[in-house]
Amino acid sequence: MKKQKLFAIVLTLIMAAALLAGCGSKEAPAPEPPAADGASQEAPAPEPEPEPGLTGAFMIAAAASLQNALDGDLIPLFNQANPDVAITGTYDSSGKLQTQIEEGLDAQIFFSAATKQMTALAEGGFIDSSSVVNLLENEVVLITGTDTETKVTGFENITDAEGIAIGDPASVPAGQYAQEILTSLGSWDAVNAKASLGTNVTEVLTWVAEGSAEVGVVYRTDAASMADKVKVIASAPEGSLQTPVVYPVGLSSDLGDKAEAARAFIEFLRSPEALAVFEKYGFKPL
Amino acid sequence: MVITPILISLKTASVAILFTFVIGTLLAYAINRAKNEQAKAIADAILTLPLVLPPTVAGFFMLYIFGVHRPLGSLLAGLGIKLVFSWQATVLAAVIISLPLMYRSARAAFDQVDPIYLEAARTIGLAESKIAYKILFPLAAPGLTSGGILSFSRGLGEFGATAMIAGNIAGVSRTMPLAIYSAVVGGRDEEAYGYVLILVIVSFLFVWGISIITEARSGRYRLKTRT
Repeated sequence: MKKQKLFAIVLTLIMAAALLAGCGSKEAPAPEPPAADGASQEAPAPEPEPEPGLTGAFMIAAAASLQNALDGDLIPLFNQANPDVAITGTYDSSGKLQTQIEEGLDAQIFFSAATKQMTALAEGGFIDSSSVVNLLENEVVLITGTDTETKVTGFENITDAEGIAIGDPASVPAGQYAQEILTSLGSWDAVNAKASLGTNVTEVLTWVAEGSAEVGVVYRTDAASMADKVKVIASAPEGSLQTPVVYPVGLSSDLGDKAEAARAFIEFLRSPEALAVFEKYGFKPL
Repeated sequence: MVITPILISLKTASVAILFTFVIGTLLAYAINRAKNEQAKAIADAILTLPLVLPPTVAGFFMLYIFGVHRPLGSLLAGLGIKLVFSWQATVLAAVIISLPLMYRSARAAFDQVDPIYLEAARTIGLAESKIAYKILFPLAAPGLTSGGILSFSRGLGEFGATAMIAGNIAGVSRTMPLAIYSAVVGGRDEEAYGYVLILVIVSFLFVWGISIITEARSGRYRLKTRT
């Protein structure tokens, strides 16, 4: 009897611990930094980069929403012109990257999805504040599934939808923006009462793509990443967002011998060619 | 702390256990009687999968079956039933995730029944259905009960699959685990503590109940066999 009671108690404690652990570790998994893209093509086309024989290696820490554009297009494009530069990309939420850089992540470039983290790192002396440029803007948009019928035509009549999906404003930035927009339109309370709150933007996207929710609020880049399954109904009304969603990029204050390659890459990111790529992924160049 | 997640969770787990208990027991009964050992092993494996897969993966499969653009989902939609994002979906998630616990407990419980009793019943010409009802199920009762309690507790704590197919809608599908998650990531720790405390206490009481029941039963069984 004693033994079994004890077993039950231990089991319950383990379950409780597992529950707590499970809740704590639900953050988006950090993708392993892919090993330096060795796709060094033998095509030394004299692209925008003036330095002909640029060599070196550096690491770029970028917001997860930039991964497709960087890994998929921009880094290979840069390597076409500069085959001898090895670029490592590490992608995560901007807040996590900020912590990692503060804890010693040796990244020469930080490309954040919000000014808050960039400012904090610049103030902490980790980022050279004179190098920080606001490069891109992302928009907050209202989406629906391509196969979903909806009467909703914009944020103004979002409450006509049967199911609404937004990020949980308590923890998801896209959800905070949604709350800000809907509060300014006076419909936040009505939406909050019936909306399904996603734990991250991807969950919101899946709900809408699968038709579980009639409409959802995500970034334009998220919508572009699933263009075959979701379509944009409207972007946030003018003036409903106080702070635009800006993506700043900046250089580490301690570049060492990696300065040249890192600076060249930032120059490249600001070139019309690179900005056109960002546009393809749903960003708005600033 | 809002009380609706607690009520929703209790309601979901209570309704789910009715389905889980009946389906799990009947499946175990049918598969126990099957002759083909290989088929049995495959059935065991399939029915255990939801237990070992991450609930998000199980939820993913459910979404691909019951989603409004998917086979079963569109069929239901044609009948005017939208399962996803409803309270019913929380029950579905709880049933599928907790079924393996019920199934495996019932299988083990049936296996442990000494076949001699069943053979004896057959020699006096009792119908199979009566043997099951009068002899097999009563003898397997402790195992079935503990399986039921485990399944109920598992249904109470279901999170991943629920979020996938039922969403996280206040007053509809926001169960306690979802409320806990929202509270924790939102930094509302006191709210999380409240739900966690309730969930741990309820689960503890139920799981504790298992040992009390199995202890009492096995005690009686021992006495009987000795005499």
